[in-house]
Amino acid sequence: MADVFEQVKSIIADRLDVDEEKVVLEASFKDDLEADSLDVVELVMELEDEFDIEIADEDAEKINTVGDAVDYINSKS
Amino acid sequence: MLQGQTAVVTGASRGIGRAIALELAKNGANIIVNYSGSEAKAEEVVGEIQDLGVKAVKIQANVADEESVKQLMKQAIKEFGSIDILVNNAGITKDNLLMRMKEDEFDQVIQTNLKGTFLCTKAVSRQMMKQKAGRIINVASIVGVSGNPGQANYVAAKAGVIGLTKTTAKELASRNILVNAVAPGFISTDMTDQLSEEQQESLLQLVPLERLGKPEDVARVVRFLASEDANYITGQTIHIDGGMVM
Repeated sequence: MADVFEQVKSIIADRLDVDEEKVVLEASFKDDLEADSLDVVELVMELEDEFDIEIADEDAEKINTVGDAVDYINSKS
Repeated sequence: MLQGQTAVVTGASRGIGRAIALELAKNGANIIVNYSGSEAKAEEVVGEIQDLGVKAVKIQANVADEESVKQLMKQAIKEFGSIDILVNNAGITKDNLLMRMKEDEFDQVIQTNLKGTFLCTKAVSRQMMKQKAGRIINVASIVGVSGNPGQANYVAAKAGVIGLTKTTAKELASRNILVNAVAPGFISTDMTDQLSEEQQESLLQLVPLERLGKPEDVARVVRFLASEDANYITGQTIHIDGGMVM
């Protein structure tokens, strides 16, 4: 869990150009991390590549916070 | 001009699609020649492109089928490593007067011409977003702007393509993906050859330049829209119609 979070945190910080300390589990991509909807799509694509998983469109739509992403990845691996 | 780039041209075995594939190839792009039914014709186009000194591969796919489209794009990336240009050209007609048009005739044309464009665009957008670059050129039709009796399905689909072009252009602009449409008028192809001489005559009266266009006339505009020269143009529909609709 911790590992996945660390990895996700660095990807998000990098992709959205925000400080890592802002990337907490409760942080919403759009509200707290200033991502627009395309940023989120791109982020999901990057997470798919990084963790070698496929995130269906229906599932991707439910990923709104950092915690959602971490939970989803944990459930798949 | 387009050296080292990969272009996917749907419906590239004949007519305008074929001319576009050849024109992009002439300018250095490697081409995925997509076709639906005409395998022999697609093979011919592949041969002609290879003679120009660039790479070409033919891939069968029905653009109206999502799975088929996904496989097409996947294979394209496997062959050439990127998709820099997508030309949504595949199209069919099932002409009939509105009152006689069957639901199935309407659906089929919408499926191939409009949904096909959506599916192909969706399937390449991921790759182009990663590349932070891409050009999508949709082949609409001037009748999508003007309307045309006997073509309710085709006109609805092509007008839809123009709207789709604008929305896609807006959605993907921030990722440097430029999306434009061309709207050919009366172009000499298998599709227009089916019209009677009378129909052709009366249509020509609507064309200020008083002649049919050639597939190459369309292809050269597509090449321009795919090139660096067009890097500040997105969301537009360029009429290539001899002045028919202004």
